[in-house]
Amino acid sequence: MDAILDSGSTAARAQSAIEPAIAVEGLVKRYGDVVAVDGIGFTVARGSFTALLGGNGAGKTTTIAILLGLIRPTAGHIRILGQDFALHAKDLLARMNFQSPYADLPRRLTVRQNLTIYARLYGVAKVKERIADLAHELDLAALLDRPFGELSAGQRTRAGLAKAFINRPELVLLDEPTASLDPDTADWVRAFLARYAKEAGATFFIASHNMPEVERLCDQVLMMKAGRIVDSGAPKELIARYGRPTLEEVFLEVARHGARSGDSP
Amino acid sequence: MSVIDRGTPRRIGAVVLRHWYLIAGSWPRFLDLCYWPIVQMILWGFIQTFLMRQSTFFAQAGGILLGAVMLWDVLFRGQIGLAISFFEEVYSRNLGHLLATPLKIGEYIAALMLVSLMRTIAGLFPATLLAIWFFGFSLYSLGIALMAFFFSLIAFGWSIGLFVAGLVLRYGLGAESFAWALIFALAPLCGVYYPTTILPGWVQVLSALLPASYIFNGMRAVLIDHVIRTNDLLIAAGLNVVWLAGGVVAFLIFHAQARDRGMLLQLGE
Repeated sequence: MDAILDSGSTAARAQSAIEPAIAVEGLVKRYGDVVAVDGIGFTVARGSFTALLGGNGAGKTTTIAILLGLIRPTAGHIRILGQDFALHAKDLLARMNFQSPYADLPRRLTVRQNLTIYARLYGVAKVKERIADLAHELDLAALLDRPFGELSAGQRTRAGLAKAFINRPELVLLDEPTASLDPDTADWVRAFLARYAKEAGATFFIASHNMPEVERLCDQVLMMKAGRIVDSGAPKELIARYGRPTLEEVFLEVARHGARSGDSP
Repeated sequence: MSVIDRGTPRRIGAVVLRHWYLIAGSWPRFLDLCYWPIVQMILWGFIQTFLMRQSTFFAQAGGILLGAVMLWDVLFRGQIGLAISFFEEVYSRNLGHLLATPLKIGEYIAALMLVSLMRTIAGLFPATLLAIWFFGFSLYSLGIALMAFFFSLIAFGWSIGLFVAGLVLRYGLGAESFAWALIFALAPLCGVYYPTTILPGWVQVLSALLPASYIFNGMRAVLIDHVIRTNDLLIAAGLNVVWLAGGVVAFLIFHAQARDRGMLLQLGE
């Protein structure tokens, strides 16, 4: 009986391993009469970088917060890493992580204390070694024993990224990951993200306004407007489809004149 | 998915550690925990000393005011310790991070209770020692009943603290003032400094619904009559189960509403 159960669970794991990292169907979020997310559906392939683009109020942050379980959707179905998110949220959150400008770390605690707490919350083995590794990779060694609140905006972003990678997540959700960074540090962070994705085979889902960043990092772009996904595709496909020189110009055209194809995924 | 798993103690410990870092790393915060209980104890200690010289009753029932003020502080510190620990996450805009980890809401509530226990003991212990030194009154003279009084009062404090924390979760920091106000609204009904029998009849009905009423009456019974009213302790324990369940349910409902309204990520100063 045990063998049957084992083979069954192995098959289930194998099946979930080939499913997309994120599969969303008919996702709706209403606040009274206001529709923040209007029936969107998309999939994010494992090991890919997907960007969620859109103007302010397009529904990007709401979508990410729903994927983290911080907002209850009005309707829709979400599967993450092959499992139903509504049924296995806490198990899945152990395999995910995020960074958002809407959430901070306790300011009076040092970076090391903050990372220690989150390492324990996520069940990280060898906490000290993991923090040392991240401090090395994110150039945080000199900042580890400084209170989070005394760091500059760029240093806080790096400390926040260390928290976002403390549990070696398989799925990383980032909301404006390089917004407060100078161009050099932002470039360095992008290199870190690309390196982590390659080494860990992780999936990235990023909300960003930084079009060059999206062009450089992302395999797929989802363009949101008024709570809907109005277009999608690889950055080069979108640039070709709209006949524009850059993704930024595609973004402006969609924002001002609407999508050309309207073929939401 | 079970409510408790192997990771539960670790995750609860992580939240407790977060508050330990905060308090242990700041002597003003630690001082703040002890300061008001000591000031209250000294003030009421002198009032009691004065009354003992004026009244045979107080002379024979030494310690009832000091005992009352220190047990009141157990209730107050238990409530405020839980609420403030929750507010710390809101002030630092850390709640979104915390609730998007594997930490379950029940584990978070348990952690808040443990932190409140830690803060209450740390805040009150120095005052109890100084009361012996200054006024010759030992709260520990209540003996075994003290343990029952302490846990009954702190559990009642947690139920109010959870309700207040839930209010802030649902309505934002505008509801923060309830953390200080609500418990004081209940104080006259609890009979902290007087027997609840002196209350008007209809107020006594309300008073009888509060576990703390039985504890303060019980404390006076120990100090004046030297008897432990076991029945009162059992009624208080039963009421505490109801109040605590109510506090947890209220917090869970407010949490669900906050999640529905998209407030968990954005709640903060």
